[in-house]
Parts: sequence; structure tokens; C-alpha cells
Amino acid sequence: MGLLSYFKSRSTSGSASLAKERLQILVAHDRAGRDAPSYLPQLQRDILKVLRKYVAVEPGAVNVNLEHDEHHEVLELNIVLPEGERSTG
Amino acid sequence: MSRIIVVTSGKGGVGKTTTAAALAMGLAERGFRSVVIDFDVGLRNLDLIMGCERRVVYDFINVIQGEARLNQALIKDKRNENLFILPASQTRDKEALTKQGVGKVLTDLSEDFDYIVCDSPAGIELGATMAMYYADDAFVVTNPEVSSVRDSDRMIGILSSKSQRAEEDREPIREYLLLTRYSPERVERGEMLSVEDVQDILSLDLIGVIPESQAVLNASNSGVPVIMDGESTAGQAYSDVVARYLGEQLPHRFLEIEKRGLLGRLFGG
Repeated sequence: MGLLSYFKSRSTSGSASLAKERLQILVAHDRAGRDAPSYLPQLQRDILKVLRKYVAVEPGAVNVNLEHDEHHEVLELNIVLPEGERSTG
Repeated sequence: MSRIIVVTSGKGGVGKTTTAAALAMGLAERGFRSVVIDFDVGLRNLDLIMGCERRVVYDFINVIQGEARLNQALIKDKRNENLFILPASQTRDKEALTKQGVGKVLTDLSEDFDYIVCDSPAGIELGATMAMYYADDAFVVTNPEVSSVRDSDRMIGILSSKSQRAEEDREPIREYLLLTRYSPERVERGEMLSVEDVQDILSLDLIGVIPESQAVLNASNSGVPVIMDGESTAGQAYSDVVARYLGEQLPHRFLEIEKRGLLGRLFGG
């Protein structure tokens, strides 16, 4: 403290900037979950059920995600097919 | 028509009761008939902060369950004739807080009072959701610290979805950010989130910043709302909050480190 701290500008290495960074990520994630329509989990289960009629996918293979933009919303559907399915399908 | 204010936060120990007490007293000092209600059933503390713990006979739950009339349970503040306190029950559990029962008490109170301040318990369980359900305005009390900011954001989500206003599709609850236990020195050193940081994350209207102050502990030790300590920075900051809430435009104070002389800055700690 004292003389040294007088010349040091506001410290950028302080933990507050780390706190802000972590919070911004966390809060964005929390809000995305909160604002998601309530039918998403059921939609995910239904898609998985239909898919399994045709392909032997893992229970966690379907990922449904809703992204907000200023002008529109994107429903992102991510399905991981097991290896080798392409040739037999 | 009265206005119902909820003082909430999610996280415990951030200053909800201190704020509820200060707000109710501040509004009463300005001539408004005010009542402050403790929603922390089982763990009441508002009576201590208000200095009326030995005058509690009946409580909020007694009124809800019809065991006492409202005016038997209301405690009149000895310092300000406009201010009343409705204490929580210490012995019952929070399940006694029904939506209908709370609604009836608030409706009855709104005939007599200009402002009804609801002091919410920590958490997101029944006591907290009941405290906010009928609110018109919400003070989200937040410390500049990660867990408090996160919990506040969670509360903001609940306020916008689980209130009567939300359910009836009316104008949403007006939400205000109140930052408490703020230390400009620690912000300057980069150790504490700044006002701007917290505002960036929560994007709420800032109603005030209460600096970390010894006066808050002194006030609760003696059962006097800290807003009555006009000498203290915290007391002044709370007075500003009340003024802003009532529509006055005031600059935020106590955000900067108190200026010291050059010698102080060179040799001070």
C-alpha cells in the first residue's frame, strides 16, 4: 500500500473481473433455461421415441436447444447417430 | 389504494430485513402510513431490528387463521405514529401462509395504509413466494458478490413469472436493484464487483447503493432502523433510496473512496 499503490492504476488482475466473467456466463445459461418453453423436455423425449423406431440411438443422443436472436428464435436439434448406422440405414 | 413492496434477494444475510425496516421507517417519516410485515415464519427477526420484540402478542399467522384480529396483531411503532409492524410467528411452520390468507390480510391492510412492505425470507420456498405474490414493486437486495448476484437473477426470474401480476397478465412488478455492503476501497483494488458490473449482469434499475457501514450493526444491536441514524453513510444512503422511490432524482452517493490528502495517499494504508 501507500506509495506503490498510488502509482498503480486500478488493478486488472483483481478477482472482481474474474467474478464478473463467471457470472455473465452463468446468468446467460440460467436465463436460457428459464425462458425455454416448457414443452422442450417432452419434445426431446418424443423425438427420441420416434427416432428409436428406426435407429438404435443412445438415450442421450437427442439434444434440443432453443436460441434467441433479436429477430427470431432457432430451435436447434442435435442428434448423434451411432457409428456405422449410415451404411445400414 | 396502497402500494405493496416486497424486499427480496434469494440469498440470506444480504440485508433484506435491514432494508425493509429502513424503507418502512423512511416512508413513515415522510408522512405515509406504512406497515412492514415479516414473512419469515419460524425465524422472525424483523421485530428485533425494529426494536419491538417484547411487544409481540399476536402474529401474522394468528391473523390468517382467525385467532386474532388484525389490529390486535399490529404493533404501533413508538417512534413514529405512521408506522406499524406485523410480526411473523416464531412457532408455526410456513405452510400456514396460504395464498388466500395472505391476500385477505393484504387487502384489509390496504384500506388503512399507503405502503405495505413485505420482508421476504431467504430462499425460494413458500415464505418467499408468498411475500412476492401480491407485490407491486420489488427491491432486489444484492451484495457485490457472486452467489448473491446469481441468486438475485434467479429471483428476478421468479418475480416475472410467479406473481399475481404475471398470472393475471397485468403490468409486471416494478423491480429495483439495491446494492448493499458496498466497499469502494475494495472495488478500487479490483477485489469487489463494481456497481456497473452488477448492473451489467442484472440489468435492473438501480435504486441505491448502501455502503458497508458499522452503523448497520449498531442499528440492529439497538433495535433502531439504520435510516434514523442520519449521521451515518448507510442511513443517508437509505434516505436517498426512499426519496428516489418516491420519484426524486438524486445522484448516487458513497460510490467513491473518501478523498484523502496527498500525504495521506502517499503514506496511508
